[in-house]
Amino acid sequence: MDTIKIVLAGQPNVGKSMLINAMSGSNGLKVGNFSGVTVEKTELCFEHHCHLFEMVDLPGTYSIRGFSQEEKVAHNYLLNEEYDVIINVLDSTHLKRNLLLTLELLKLNKKMVLALNMADEAKKEGIEIDVKQIAKIIGVPVVLVSANTKEGVEELLEKVHEVADSHERIKSNILYGDTMEEEVLEIETFLIQKGFSLRDLSNREIALRLLFEDKDLYKELHDEPIMMELQPLVFKALQHLYTHHDTKNVQEIKANEYHAIARGIHLETVRCQRNKGKKSLTKRIDEVLINKYLGIPIFLFLMWGLFQLTFTLGAIPMDWIDGAIGAFGDWVGSNISNDFIRNVIVDGIIAGVGAVLLFLPNIIILYIGIALLETTGYMSRVAFLLDGFFHKFGLHGKSFIPLVTGFGCSVPAYMAARTLKSEKDRLITLFIIGFMSCGARLPIYVLFTGAFFGAEQAGNILFIIYISGAMLGLVMAKILRVVVFKGEDEPFVMEMPKYRFPSFTLIWHTVYNNAKSYVKKAGTFILAASVLVWVLATYPNQPLLEQEYQTKIEQSSKEDVKVLENELKMKKLEQSYLGQIGKASEPFFAPLGFDWKMTVALETGLAAKEVVVSTLGVLYSIGDEVDENSNALARELKKNISFASAMAFIVFVMIYLPCLAASMVFAKEAGGYKYLVYLFVFTTVTAWVFSFITYRILV
Amino acid sequence: MKLSELHKGDRAMIKKIESSEDLKVRLASFGVVRGSELSVEACSMGKQTMEIMVDDTLIGLRAEEAKEIEVEKL
Repeated sequence: MDTIKIVLAGQPNVGKSMLINAMSGSNGLKVGNFSGVTVEKTELCFEHHCHLFEMVDLPGTYSIRGFSQEEKVAHNYLLNEEYDVIINVLDSTHLKRNLLLTLELLKLNKKMVLALNMADEAKKEGIEIDVKQIAKIIGVPVVLVSANTKEGVEELLEKVHEVADSHERIKSNILYGDTMEEEVLEIETFLIQKGFSLRDLSNREIALRLLFEDKDLYKELHDEPIMMELQPLVFKALQHLYTHHDTKNVQEIKANEYHAIARGIHLETVRCQRNKGKKSLTKRIDEVLINKYLGIPIFLFLMWGLFQLTFTLGAIPMDWIDGAIGAFGDWVGSNISNDFIRNVIVDGIIAGVGAVLLFLPNIIILYIGIALLETTGYMSRVAFLLDGFFHKFGLHGKSFIPLVTGFGCSVPAYMAARTLKSEKDRLITLFIIGFMSCGARLPIYVLFTGAFFGAEQAGNILFIIYISGAMLGLVMAKILRVVVFKGEDEPFVMEMPKYRFPSFTLIWHTVYNNAKSYVKKAGTFILAASVLVWVLATYPNQPLLEQEYQTKIEQSSKEDVKVLENELKMKKLEQSYLGQIGKASEPFFAPLGFDWKMTVALETGLAAKEVVVSTLGVLYSIGDEVDENSNALARELKKNISFASAMAFIVFVMIYLPCLAASMVFAKEAGGYKYLVYLFVFTTVTAWVFSFITYRILV
Repeated sequence: MKLSELHKGDRAMIKKIESSEDLKVRLASFGVVRGSELSVEACSMGKQTMEIMVDDTLIGLRAEEAKEIEVEKL
């Protein structure tokens, strides 16, 4: 089967991810990454008409000439990789601006198809587009599509086939401004008179490249004798262009010319019937959402609502899951006769993995919230609202996006920081992303707030935890800015995308993929960690101790038996490997009011934050019978841990090093393991100090 | 007149952009070039950031960047 390798390129917010979904979804095959901020190129394959379509989704970029990480990724890929066809995705409702990127892509001289996405939206807005005329001017096939209604998707696939199989290129009829055209014609005529030719380039193309100071072409022409005669011509032409454009900057002239072209194409091919007097919906929503006075209160209210919802709504299925896991454990336990195997499975695996699975509803609600923020276009507004405030802390308004993503998971958050162009802004943002508590820390908070505060209070406390973590992050950013990363600020210029009704499919995909990876992690990594923790907590065997208690139990009265049995379990645990590790590091954590069990839980949390809960689950699953109707672990914690220690524990969890996977990504994004060492020292010291303060105030 | 001096609801034409090279490329890709028409749609508290509309595209920018754009009020 033949393979066609396709690259998708387009500006941000043109619905590329949706389009990929529509193109591949119809064939029901593998679907790749659907995060709102596509930072790394993602790949997927599917079949169409006996061809294997290999799709590469490049990050959305406004231009491929820029210097941000994303633009570099896109530019390098387009220039250096092997592929067959580019699909340039455009937003039909913002054609003029989107065409600017198209013009840049045309310069690559590759096979290309234009997909004018959001055709349904354009129709609604009364925009009519003459697709054939655009194709004639630009010289590549153009298809109107809508990822939403799937209209035109099949046609787009057909066109890709055609273009991939064809060997000829249609001539483009792009016209520059009058002055530019005059100068081009003069040079072109001269080249024809001389009978000059270079590679497959037309004389017009050579003339254009000369005027736009294309370095590679100059290098090629350097040794050609014609250069001597060309020089004065080009020199004269440039002087004319300088006066006409009122600047000597060729890049600026190029930008102006591209604009003129885009404007021209737009004028010639797009008819807009929209009532000019009527304000667009986006403008009317903006009147409220980025209102000078209301904007920030509304934002805070929405955030507060999200955390309330996470707790209250999430609590309902949690009870069911808790009950189901308990019942499942009992059932499994009653069916296994071998003591050792039963203990491993019930106390190790089911207790550990169950404790993590319990929080799936919370995670799902949180991810839905973040996905809504991303897909509706509200995220950019928040960056706009908060930039003034963020800027005071030495951060960029755009840092908001990685920071909010950080509430979900630090891994995509670290990658999302690439949208920041200035190296210093990026590093500061990377260093404080950890202060935005990730979804995996949520179970720990839910567990502790549930145990130590009433159900009515828990949502508020959760909100306070997140907000104070974020605030602390901002203060740390300021400190880093003043002490470590001094220097110039990155300018804040950002598109405010049109408000869109969130697409159900896209949100479903984001949430489903995140939930799936959470469950997968629970089933693999956390399962293994649970078994390991259980083994460390059970061994080495202590026959002497057991014998001692056995005789004690035999000699004592009935009431004392239970007390003695629990005492034995405690002693055994203390002398286990895990107990020894905890005891060894206990002095370091003793000033914070942590016992060795909490210490161990924190240490296992370095692998993954979910493990903190599963470790606590294993460590505290000893002792009394489990009450079916209430969260057993929460009750155990409340009984064994003082309020001050619990709060200090929450504070430590809020601040200390993110999980192993996130740490690796951090090192990669920051540019080396030395930064990871800095991060470790930075977070551990901060966590310890703040935890210490919390404990001392409350105790 | 500078873009930063405009108020909500004002319309203007861009005369000159005096930003750094990188920023000019970015602005140009949004349609902000010499000769473009714009309208001011919103300002945040203390005018730290402002939202402008150029060619049907809404753009948010900071006061410092708006200071570097010379406009003529329409």
